Amino acid sequence: MDNIRQPGNKAHLSEAAQKEKALQVFAYTVLAIGALSMIMPFLWMITTSLKTLDAIYIRPKNWIQMFIPTMFIWDNYVSAFKVVPFAKFYMNSIIVGVAVTIGQVFTSSLAAYAFSRLEFRGRDKLFFAYLATMMIPGSVTMIPVYVLMRLFGWVDTFKALIIPAIFSAYGTFMLRQFFMTLPKDLEDAAKIDGCGFFRIYTTIILPLSKPALATLTVFTFMGNWGNFMWPLLVTNSMNMRTLPIGLESFKTQYSTDWHYLMAGSVMAMLPIVIIFIFTQRYFVESIKLTGVKG
Amino acid sequence: MRIKARTKETIAAYGFLAPNLIGFMIFTFFPVFISLILSFFKWDILTTPQFIGFENFSQLLGFHRDAATNHVVANDPKFWQYLWNTVFLMFSIPVCMMASLGLAIALNRKVRGESMFRTIFFLPSICPGVAISILWLWIFNPEYGMLNNIIYWGGKLLGFSLQGPLWLNSPGWAKPALMLMNFWIAIGGMNMILYLAALQGIPRDFYEAAEIDGANGWQKFWAITWPQISPTTFFIAIMSIIGGFQGGFMQAYIMTGGGPGGATTTIEYYIFNNLYTWQNVGYAAAIAWFLFMVIFVVSLVNWRFGGKLVHY
Repeated sequence: MDNIRQPGNKAHLSEAAQKEKALQVFAYTVLAIGALSMIMPFLWMITTSLKTLDAIYIRPKNWIQMFIPTMFIWDNYVSAFKVVPFAKFYMNSIIVGVAVTIGQVFTSSLAAYAFSRLEFRGRDKLFFAYLATMMIPGSVTMIPVYVLMRLFGWVDTFKALIIPAIFSAYGTFMLRQFFMTLPKDLEDAAKIDGCGFFRIYTTIILPLSKPALATLTVFTFMGNWGNFMWPLLVTNSMNMRTLPIGLESFKTQYSTDWHYLMAGSVMAMLPIVIIFIFTQRYFVESIKLTGVKG
Repeated sequence: MRIKARTKETIAAYGFLAPNLIGFMIFTFFPVFISLILSFFKWDILTTPQFIGFENFSQLLGFHRDAATNHVVANDPKFWQYLWNTVFLMFSIPVCMMASLGLAIALNRKVRGESMFRTIFFLPSICPGVAISILWLWIFNPEYGMLNNIIYWGGKLLGFSLQGPLWLNSPGWAKPALMLMNFWIAIGGMNMILYLAALQGIPRDFYEAAEIDGANGWQKFWAITWPQISPTTFFIAIMSIIGGFQGGFMQAYIMTGGGPGGATTTIEYYIFNNLYTWQNVGYAAAIAWFLFMVIFVVSLVNWRFGGKLVHY
């Protein structure tokens, strides 16, 4: 029982240390295999995007040929912009992403302030309604909203892409959870000084909530960047397509041009990967914050 | 005086709420009920909606006796096939969760380059789904794709001549192929981070106490780690099931068109096709409400048992 504690028992100690070392090696092996399997498809994507079309349709003769092109055709990335209006797709995605993100952070933070800091009739019932809708499958609400867009004549406009996406129950919920953790003292002091609610919101709550606001900003923008079904439903001209739908149009028209498709996919991923690398601590923190409570 | 201050606060509160609340009502709250109403109609948006009572639901969930063969058959056999597909794709959830836990445990061993590994593992789950789907469509290419090349060259290495399956083109392999892809996406994402957080939340002295009692690694896992992370496991399982019932649209749309032979059409893709491709709004709404009810039951299980599984 207390073998480990006896300083004289060197043999046992080293056995434990050896076991620990073996476990550590095993852990590294698992992580390395995991990382390799994660990276390989991306590597394959980049490789394909740099090949000529002929080279793509040759079965590789060995492992090296599989992942390293014999000639690097950087021009594929330029051509991808020419075969479809890729720049237009990109621009649309940026416009929609920025507009939705600003709108969502703005309206969510206002509502979250009311839910977390103000006393009013019907607050709890209303908040419960917000929470309850988060459980409902997206397709339930999507159907009437799609019909609404058709009836409003908003199909194929930025209005349809942006406006319904601005009002987020999730964003309100997330910010409300964060605002709840802020201390009340500052606010009380401000109230005594005669500050109105809006002053308190702009000068106390918002500056203290920068991490939460940053998280919501990044989440919203990235979520919107990958959105597929909604833009597919409400756009039909090439001019209004966002990047994901644009990539898809690539595929149907040039179904065999895998080099352009892969180049397009790389370019669609790039902004997200860059944003993620610089903001990943927000991700990890917010997953921990909203998830662990279960 | 007091009442006046409260009234003022209420007015201010609704002022703050208004921008969000108005949109929330129009685009989320009322649509829930409108889609329920729509499910009792036959409507293609262009013509006048036609009230048909429960006909959409009896078409969706009902059975009838086939006059010719005298067998009982579903009114919409496709729906049941698609429901089965959706459930089948969820069979990967336990394997996926185990792998996420494995990675989290390895990461939690104070390894070097932890943040690098975490970033790499997380990448697939943050990339746009369309780009990932297109990439895997190419990976699964039977002739020139990465996977079958690896199988071929891996076989060579071991002295076999291996030929990979047709993956997405084969009715039998299409679902496993999508499960493999989903596995690749999900294993290092949210679930791994949640597990990592849960592992880091276990007090060190639990393990120290067990070590003094002479427990080995395996015993420590089952006696301490597993019960301590069970709330997280339960949470991940519930969220994955809820997500799974709503999944599969993008893959079906981009990679398989729902085929071959409907083998990869999920409920979500069926809703989309009814709404968009066939403009059958009422039927789409009926399926969506069916999905809602299924998810509601899963959530009830969560509320009823979620709290009880906490082992502190």
